[in-house]
Amino acid sequence: MSDVCIIGIGIHPFGRTDGLSGVDQGVFAVRQALGDAGVDWSQVQFAYGSSDAAGNPDTMVDRLGLTGVQFINVRNGCAAGGSALFSAQMAIKSGEFELGLAVGFDKHPRGAFNALPSEYNLPDWYGEAGYMVTTQFFAAKIMRYMHMFGISHQTLARVAEKAFRNGAHAPHAWRRQPVPIGEILAAPLVSDPYTKYMFCSPAEGGVALVLASEKKARELGKPLVRLKAATMRTRPPHSFEVFAPSVDVVADDSAPRGTATRIASADAFRLAGIGPGDIDVAQLQDTEAGAEIMHMAENGFCADGDQERWLSEGRTEIGGALPVNTDGGCLACGEPIGASGLRQVYENVVQLRGDGGGRQVPGHRRGGPKTAYSHVYGAPGVSAVTILER
Amino acid sequence: MRAIAEGLFTDETPPRLLGGRERATGRVVFPCPAGDSCDPVPLAREGRLWSYTVQRYRPKTPPYAGPEAFAPWIVAYVELSGEVIVEARLVGAEFDAVEIGMPVRLVPLALDPEAAEPLAIPAFAPIEGGRA
Repeated sequence: MSDVCIIGIGIHPFGRTDGLSGVDQGVFAVRQALGDAGVDWSQVQFAYGSSDAAGNPDTMVDRLGLTGVQFINVRNGCAAGGSALFSAQMAIKSGEFELGLAVGFDKHPRGAFNALPSEYNLPDWYGEAGYMVTTQFFAAKIMRYMHMFGISHQTLARVAEKAFRNGAHAPHAWRRQPVPIGEILAAPLVSDPYTKYMFCSPAEGGVALVLASEKKARELGKPLVRLKAATMRTRPPHSFEVFAPSVDVVADDSAPRGTATRIASADAFRLAGIGPGDIDVAQLQDTEAGAEIMHMAENGFCADGDQERWLSEGRTEIGGALPVNTDGGCLACGEPIGASGLRQVYENVVQLRGDGGGRQVPGHRRGGPKTAYSHVYGAPGVSAVTILER
Repeated sequence: MRAIAEGLFTDETPPRLLGGRERATGRVVFPCPAGDSCDPVPLAREGRLWSYTVQRYRPKTPPYAGPEAFAPWIVAYVELSGEVIVEARLVGAEFDAVEIGMPVRLVPLALDPEAAEPLAIPAFAPIEGGRA
């Protein structure tokens, strides 16, 4: 089967843009991606759009042109962008279409996400008691992980410090001011063990990717950035997830539990026919500093507990063996749910093209990166992974 | 004190939490879901702390129905041996003295003690003299 290629990318800077709706930011990204690909909107045969809180993506057709294009909206928690991309590549793989679009945007109010129990099949009292708070889950998950595998507060702070330092070189990032590690550790706690610098904030932004069949990409004369795998999976039994009033007991609780991420990751590597050691750059969901740590292991890049050494040795730095979150990830870019997963792929295409400027990874034996990995995770236990190759 | 919802606690004194045992698999969950997929099952009063965090800011209202004046509280996951791990408050412990593995016992807590009719939510407290 021929590969699906990413031939155009566009992004509206993340952060806060007063006066511009989420859809506006999505349209901005689409126009940029079409320009990058050198194609007109009228050539686009289909689109998948993701947004969690900023309205229906398909409404953007009145701005882009009423071509009658097939346009499907996707809502899938924090995996929404990944799910849109998964669906888009399937449409091309099926042979039905040759050129399409995955677009994601969002615009969240300031402050923590405000979920309601009924949206997650939970009783009302669970929210009244104060548990519909995503930060509690992330904090409780890393608290146990630190206890089991000896991860230190210093390592959590190193992740956040790297994020802001990388973000400084990404024009689309929100928080672009480096923060010293001591300030990160001494900042007020939000949910123990995390200080305010260790959590990402809900934000705004838009990302669009133009996808084409390999044949179409060659016709258009575009460099081939191949989407070797795109997977989206839900949780296995016994996993610990966001908004969990209870968790299963297991016979041996000394090993990490299965997660949607582990399944999506293993599947992606199988499809791409490569392993974690072959990846040159990775974007891993870093809703908070500990998520990046845990996701390094859940995606197969290191053993549980090895993150202490990896971080102290700088292995996940831009110039390290496996650069992670080269644009500062969610910590520096913020989290517009519908756009986040696509931002990771945008960043990976930038890296594979060698356009990363101050954040460009030197890559495989210094000849530039050949492979790039992205991973998102969200409530209530969903994960999406992509692997790109050039 | 009335419970925040029907079916969370047993009627005895002191109460226990009511979980649900899935008829098909025997898996225990909390709370007991509505419908006929699960049989209600009283859960152990004592367990060990599985994980925790401290909620340092007031959750948004709605849905949060706690007091307007906010003081941070501990969110705990408590493992009830051989049954299930339940999410609840942890009370009676200094934040920096909390340790994963510490033994705890169920002590229902008023969500808002100043309310005209306080409502009880699940909570645990360290067992005095208990060893982790």
